[in-house]
Amino acid sequence: MISSEVVISVKDLTKKFGNFTAVDHISFDVRKGEIFGFLGANGAGKTTAMRMLCGLSFPTSGDGRVDGYDIITQSEEVKKHIGYMSQKFSLYENLTVAENIRLFCTIYGMSNKEIKEQSTRLYSYLDMEGMEKKLVKDIPVGWKQKLAFSVATMHNPAVVFLDEPTGGVDPITRRKFWELIYEVSSKGVTVFVTTHYLDEAEYCDRISIMVDGQIAALNSPEGLKQEFHAETMDEVFRKVASQAKRTE
Amino acid sequence: MNEGIVISDITKSYGKTKALDGVSFSVNEGELFGLIGPDGAGKSTLFKILATLLLPDAGRAFMTGLNVVDDYRKLRTEIGYMPEKFSLYQDLTVKENLEFFASLFGVSVSENFDLIAPIYKQLEQFPNRLAGNLSGGMKQKLALSCALIHRPKVLLLDEPTTGVDAVSRSEFWDMLSDLRKHGITILVSTSYMDEAKLCERIAMINNGHILAVNTPEKLAESIGETLYNASADDMFRLLTELRGIPGVQECYTFGATLHIVAKKDFSPGSTIEILRNKGLKNVKIYPAQATIEDLFIKLMQNDQQ
Repeated sequence: MISSEVVISVKDLTKKFGNFTAVDHISFDVRKGEIFGFLGANGAGKTTAMRMLCGLSFPTSGDGRVDGYDIITQSEEVKKHIGYMSQKFSLYENLTVAENIRLFCTIYGMSNKEIKEQSTRLYSYLDMEGMEKKLVKDIPVGWKQKLAFSVATMHNPAVVFLDEPTGGVDPITRRKFWELIYEVSSKGVTVFVTTHYLDEAEYCDRISIMVDGQIAALNSPEGLKQEFHAETMDEVFRKVASQAKRTE
Repeated sequence: MNEGIVISDITKSYGKTKALDGVSFSVNEGELFGLIGPDGAGKSTLFKILATLLLPDAGRAFMTGLNVVDDYRKLRTEIGYMPEKFSLYQDLTVKENLEFFASLFGVSVSENFDLIAPIYKQLEQFPNRLAGNLSGGMKQKLALSCALIHRPKVLLLDEPTTGVDAVSRSEFWDMLSDLRKHGITILVSTSYMDEAKLCERIAMINNGHILAVNTPEKLAESIGETLYNASADDMFRLLTELRGIPGVQECYTFGATLHIVAKKDFSPGSTIEILRNKGLKNVKIYPAQATIEDLFIKLMQNDQQ
């Protein structure tokens, strides 16, 4: 459910590395419960922008607020109120399922009692009873994704950032993962997601496409298709991304 | 003898995990052949065996008529291999990387330059940049140039387009189809189902075994199911409602629409009626063309049962 409450608000956000402007005055708002797709070609500035929104890097200029916290002056608060997951890294492969849950609970500052409750709840919700002692590297990819996503959202964050969460994942698991996304969004969690699969862009409420550090397009998938006279999001992406002038 | 690639009953285990379980298929000389499957399916293990970097537990494989185990020394000079992880020397420049790979194979860059010219062209503007400072798309072009500089007969490309955006991906595929003019046999793996249609033939792989081998068109036709597209204003609700309708065997998201795998008694008309009565708005259901991804979903499900 999307409400009118704004959860991410970005105004003229800019990040320079030396002479290179990685993110160039981007502005947008994301509302509570919205699934916001953050697209762009390699090198367009997505990762840099996302790192600033997660409080991991500070902007050169501009402002941003996540769940009401200033990304510059309150970056530690920002970190407590968001979740993060990527396909490349989100769980420790050489720890067991239980150890991973315990580790992340501890990072989020939960008490022993809360950790116990949270673990019990997760095992039953994920149907993972009996798998507690398995190493994460030994569990199938579908379980791994569900677990990683649950761990990223178990502290009830206002926003969950998903950085290419489905790269290289089989078509069935990929779809099941999007059903999890729909589920948390219907509970009011804002989802901020990057992907290279353009069919997944269709599942977002709104899409922004970054080109050369700027936001070149921002609308609903339907709106973008009309705006760019395109049949599919794939076509929209090609049209928008081909405007890029930056070669490196 | 097939001068391309012949893979016959290859098996490889890591401890208790069977990475490859009786894999067999052949690639014709000069063919652009795709190996399609998700992460963990066994694609990279197969590539390492073909590249003579890993021994199979059982089975045999030949490229250009040479056995990957017995003739590995000779074979290594005839193949180009681009592994999944970036294969270049990050602290050498663009030019140094290319010259290094040429010298390994005892060739000069100039004698084979015609082969890589269309690919290398875009890198020529920064010959002295360190490979580590190139963008993803440029690294990929340099890695491909290095894999080709000794004019191999067979080119093995392990997930060259993983993590690469849609525009750079199609540029890469354009380069591959250009290479076919030179008669090079190309085996390329990918986890992107939409890349299947760019290959002459494909093999689908999952859990260490081959699910199917054929042209992408013939495979899509072979699904033997009736498919429909479905859409409505609230797509997620539509998905859950459709799964409760008896004539619907499967329903899953498919970009802007849902795909319904229909049972014999499925009726689009009455289904639309039922959904409207449940309060869904703008319900549309109309026939869909099966794709490789639909087939993969079906074969994966059969495989898991």
